[in-house]
Amino acid sequence: MTTTAPTTTSPTRMGFFTDTSICIGCKACEVACKEWNNVPEDGLNFLGTSYDNTGGLSADTWRHVAFIEQKVAAPSTGPELDPQAPAQAGDSGVRWLMSSDVCKHCTHAACLDVCPTGALFRTEFDTVVVQQDVCNGCGYCVPACPFGVIDKREADGRVWKCTLCYDRLKSDLEPACAKACPTQSIQFGPLDELRERAANRVGVLREAGVADAHLYGADETDGVGGFGAFFLLLDKPEVYGLPPDPVVTTRDLPQMWKAAAGAAAALFGTVAAACLRRR
Amino acid sequence: MGSNMAECHPVGFQWVMEAKLRGARVIHVDPRFTRTSAVADTFVALRAGSDIAFLGAIVNYILSNGREFREYVTAYTNASAIIDERFQDTEDLDGLFSGWDADKQAYSQESWQYAGMTVAASAGHREGAPQGEAHGYGAKLTSGEPPQADPTLQDPRCVFQILKRHYARYTPELVEELCGVPKEQFLDVAEALCANSGRERTGAICYAVGWTQHTVGVQYIRTAAIIQLLLGNMGRPGGGILALRGHASIQGSTDIPTLYNILPGYLPMPHAAVHQTLADYIEANTAPAGFWGHADAYFISLLKAWWGDAATADNDYGYDRLPFITGDHSAYRTILDMLDGKVAGYFVLGENPAVGSANGGLHRRAMAKLDWLVVRDLVEIETATFWKEGPEIDTGELRPADIGTEVFFLPAAAHTEKDGSFTQTQRMLQWHHKAVEPQGDCRSELWFYWHLGRIIREKLAASTAERDRAVLDLTWDYPLVGETQGPSGPLSGMGDPDAAAVLREINGVGPDGRALPGYTALKADGSTASGCWIYSGCYADEVNQTARRKPGQEQNRYALEWGWAWPSNRRVLYNRASADPSGKPWSERKRLVWWDEQAGKWIGDDVPDFVVDKRPDYVPPEGAKAEQALRGDEPFIMQTDGKGWLYAPSGLLDGPLPTHYEPQESLFTNPLYAQQSNPARQTFRRRFNRYNDQDPAGTYPFVMTTYRLTEHHTAGGMSRFLSHLSELQPEMFCEVSPALAAQRRLVNGGWATITSARTAIEARVLVTDRVKPLRVQGRELHQVGLPYHWGWKGLARGDAANDLFALALDPNVHIQEVKAATCDIRPGRRPR
Repeated sequence: MTTTAPTTTSPTRMGFFTDTSICIGCKACEVACKEWNNVPEDGLNFLGTSYDNTGGLSADTWRHVAFIEQKVAAPSTGPELDPQAPAQAGDSGVRWLMSSDVCKHCTHAACLDVCPTGALFRTEFDTVVVQQDVCNGCGYCVPACPFGVIDKREADGRVWKCTLCYDRLKSDLEPACAKACPTQSIQFGPLDELRERAANRVGVLREAGVADAHLYGADETDGVGGFGAFFLLLDKPEVYGLPPDPVVTTRDLPQMWKAAAGAAAALFGTVAAACLRRR
Repeated sequence: MGSNMAECHPVGFQWVMEAKLRGARVIHVDPRFTRTSAVADTFVALRAGSDIAFLGAIVNYILSNGREFREYVTAYTNASAIIDERFQDTEDLDGLFSGWDADKQAYSQESWQYAGMTVAASAGHREGAPQGEAHGYGAKLTSGEPPQADPTLQDPRCVFQILKRHYARYTPELVEELCGVPKEQFLDVAEALCANSGRERTGAICYAVGWTQHTVGVQYIRTAAIIQLLLGNMGRPGGGILALRGHASIQGSTDIPTLYNILPGYLPMPHAAVHQTLADYIEANTAPAGFWGHADAYFISLLKAWWGDAATADNDYGYDRLPFITGDHSAYRTILDMLDGKVAGYFVLGENPAVGSANGGLHRRAMAKLDWLVVRDLVEIETATFWKEGPEIDTGELRPADIGTEVFFLPAAAHTEKDGSFTQTQRMLQWHHKAVEPQGDCRSELWFYWHLGRIIREKLAASTAERDRAVLDLTWDYPLVGETQGPSGPLSGMGDPDAAAVLREINGVGPDGRALPGYTALKADGSTASGCWIYSGCYADEVNQTARRKPGQEQNRYALEWGWAWPSNRRVLYNRASADPSGKPWSERKRLVWWDEQAGKWIGDDVPDFVVDKRPDYVPPEGAKAEQALRGDEPFIMQTDGKGWLYAPSGLLDGPLPTHYEPQESLFTNPLYAQQSNPARQTFRRRFNRYNDQDPAGTYPFVMTTYRLTEHHTAGGMSRFLSHLSELQPEMFCEVSPALAAQRRLVNGGWATITSARTAIEARVLVTDRVKPLRVQGRELHQVGLPYHWGWKGLARGDAANDLFALALDPNVHIQEVKAATCDIRPGRRPR
């Protein structure tokens, strides 16, 4: 295991539960995030990928709504006599998944592990934040993130990502994206409560016949020790452009260092022996 | 239907999502699979322009299967009324109703009336046919004398039977052939609506401009009204028809109108031909029964609010100072007059007609004929720059040197920079407070118009001309708040008029000068003043009721202390219908207001929309007037007969019952009638407004429809200039199915040129399975989706979809048909 077990200063860990089953793809989260955090424009590019013209998370996009269009089974036909019976997703031959992605605020955060300056730190809310006045732009954290979230802003050389609105949290305000979300697809709160609520929601959906509904990042035993910002997805994570089995990239560092130390010791021994022999 | 609520009303859509979480079934019927369809339980794709056939078939499904809420229909609608024996239906006349005058291209409505009487349209009379012809106002429903009726609903001339015959051919098979909707899918929707209505359940219908922007737009909504009345979904919790508005306070802009043919509170604008005197006007617009029976009090109070002490009984309260209409003076008619050089000046506020109105090219050519143009907006929009940039300048058809229009661009303040109220679709007024001072020269509309009026009054101060009294006698004395900075400090007398004082004037005051409690306090004797009778009560007790913000969780689910809804803070209109004729709720589950025998009044969770102490068994005495002339079991208190109108004997220019007509431009012949399109629609056959009606499927073989995206706001003035919104939808694009893309060799992400009988525009291509070909009349139909947000200014630029559309209008409200027309699409950019 890694050395980054969270050092919690607050009894409650705060986070996001993003329920993609009720996301309407309005992108209010993207806009509210940019407004509050003064995040610059990320390029005016028509991408031709459904309604997504942002592409993904980056230094200049801290919330990103993915739009996935899928062909599904042919329209169901028989008259539905029970108005309460949930209709099958597939009535139209199309399914359009929408999901607002964000920094996961991992329990074991590799970005934090590799940061040489201490610019990345774990807050009293158990979130992971870059201190912009400390970051020296070395960029070690960029390849360390298993999700490709943290990113360098070329114009200023430093790295930027979601702060879970650290400044708002300090003022007892919820993060801007959660505040702006009209359908409560993005929910903010104590992580324990969110996990419980999310588990219930999965139960409701599965009971209603949505067999593929599942939580992504709610499991503390996964490769990053669970996310501070987890998701309810309606399809496999890779469909949304998310890694199916993320692992903290610094997981094997101790073993690697041990192996390297062993190799170094062996090398030293060999050299020493050679020297001794010559004498 | 006719609405993409999740995308265009995402904030309101939170309640749909909440209802869904509680088990409601959400059904979305639309030409395209949108973000609303994505979260709906059921999506039905239908041909653009075919909704009346779909809805009419639901009416037929209800009637032929006996699924109507019979007690509700019999008691609360005009189903039993007997119609004049001269009435002939579209079934009899192959697509025309009786009364069609081919010379005038208009209907005479005499034969549509209840047998033996003429019924006044509820909101007074329309201004007349497109030609400006006025209606005759003959006999009226007299008090205590119900129309001839057959409560068994068997008489062949009663509304119920007429309705049955009218829609008998609107079958599931017709829906399949005409709308392109599989029969089974239609039956699923029809059955779901019926199963979810009745005593224990209710269903709501939401629509937006997808319904209104047709040459039969008003009749689309009428069809929904028929369904909701038959199913007993009006005046009951969870029921109704929700008109989703185009943007904030569009509801407010019809209540306190920016429309030419109505005055505040839906009072008709006086017509020069028939309302010569105040007495004429009051005689014509005061209904014998129902609350329009007090139109005289509402109207005289309005004149008192405008002219104060100068409005006296002796001068008819200044009646002849009002502008009078002589016919159609709607926006599009005015643009055509402008093109003909008949209009000198034009104010454009909060609108961008150069790219935002149908046939943008015609608008730009028309504005080039003006002497002067005032544009007030947040940014320098296309309407302010059409004279130097735009398609016609690019092609050389217009040259800046030849355009004499003097353009005044005045920067406007945003809603965060001024006090005021928004009125939303529930008729709820919500006050907003100024958060920051407007920057630079930006000012509110209130500031602009008040100071403009002040300056005009100063210039006219010495005038003795009688005509100038209209301006000089206006009550123009709002207190000023805030200040306007000049080059060397604040300018004196240049503050903002106090918006709350304006709201108080709208609310109205009594003889004691105190704010009135509500519209029932208004008098016709000149002792009260109110700027808009339906808003009276919004400032009751000298409190700005619209600014109330008591959280929902601290009150009942109707949240009566959040904002203020007209009339009288009622949240559900006609809610007397939530109880049965005897005053008991139809069911405990769906109770809203009910008669409390002990207390001797109506009580409940909402403010009762009824005379609060009128007993359910009340029968009007001889000679009763206005609301007292309606019985205790007649909930539709604005109607002269107290009934919900399945059949509209008066008030509509294109027929008492909705009928399927093809759009002005259609690829198909009307399978129901020889009459292809709405006979009463307004068309303008002239240069720059060509129609594709000679060779429907040849040159322009596809159907196009316009719409909005969440990321942008209408014609773009509030979004295309902001990077955070522009980057989300940076360019004009069109949506096509993979099949159409293959047929026309369109490449996703590439360019396409879309042509119509008007012009050609270009757009990036988005190929998507969400748009699918439909099978209509045995042929494959392709539809092209066109968001209309773009123009040549701002960060996100592109051609304007509206340039492709013609002026072809609904006759009742003069709205343009931009939801269905014909086009072609080819790969590549447009010619330059």
